[in-house]
Amino acid sequence: MKHALKPSQYAVLIAIMLTASLGDSLLSRGMGQVGQVDLHHLPLLWHALFNPFVDGGIILLIGFFACYTTALSWADLTFVMPATAFGYVVIALTGRFWLHEQMSWSRWAGILLIVCAVGFVAGGPSRTEHHELDQMDAGVGR
Amino acid sequence: MISPQSLHVWGSISFVAGLAVAGEVLIAAGMRQIGDLDVIRARSGIGGAIKAVLSNSKFVLGAFGMAFNFFAMLFTLSIAELTLAAPAIASLTYIGNAIAARIFLRERVDHRRWLATGFVALGVVLLAR
Repeated sequence: MKHALKPSQYAVLIAIMLTASLGDSLLSRGMGQVGQVDLHHLPLLWHALFNPFVDGGIILLIGFFACYTTALSWADLTFVMPATAFGYVVIALTGRFWLHEQMSWSRWAGILLIVCAVGFVAGGPSRTEHHELDQMDAGVGR
Repeated sequence: MISPQSLHVWGSISFVAGLAVAGEVLIAAGMRQIGDLDVIRARSGIGGAIKAVLSNSKFVLGAFGMAFNFFAMLFTLSIAELTLAAPAIASLTYIGNAIAARIFLRERVDHRRWLATGFVALGVVLLAR
């Protein structure tokens, strides 16, 4: 297993956390302005494309997907997953300190659990080397 | 006794989570096959990196799976409450990803990663309350 990540790779993981949460927040705010879209009001989806918040959200989510696929090219899925979950924490903290929303104890507990999860994974190796596993499967590495 | 409505809702939630797991595992398998994108970008430029990604069949299949997952999610949200569906799908997807990564990607999911997966799944549920 590889252990060390380069600073640029940590930057990609931070970009995953920020782009996912901010992209979702922008999309949510934009769609709130556009109004409810259902089967009888599908043309509203076209109008949504002219909303700056929706456009910003789409651009950030494209950026998220690019960063996510880049991270999966050098890290395990189970290593990258908690980083994506950290986006929920960013959203909750944005709501508390920017929008001054009330936070229940269960939300603080949820934040604590996800922060711990990111800490567990970040302290460990980022990638499983398959030739190592192949050797172990064959009994060589034991 | 589980009601047919409840079965329908949980069936949809499980289906969406299953699609997400399949899509993410296929994308991860494709990216592992392609190799480090930073190296490819340094060698062939950003165009070469995009070409390498889009010409990988596992990645393309996974991306289609994720797109299908998006529409299945919309359907599920039309029959289930958001406060149930969103955290349930997210939690099942995290746990399913860890199991699928162990089986299909042969990732070494040690106790640290299992613990992190459990914490994330529970944390998402608590955040949604």
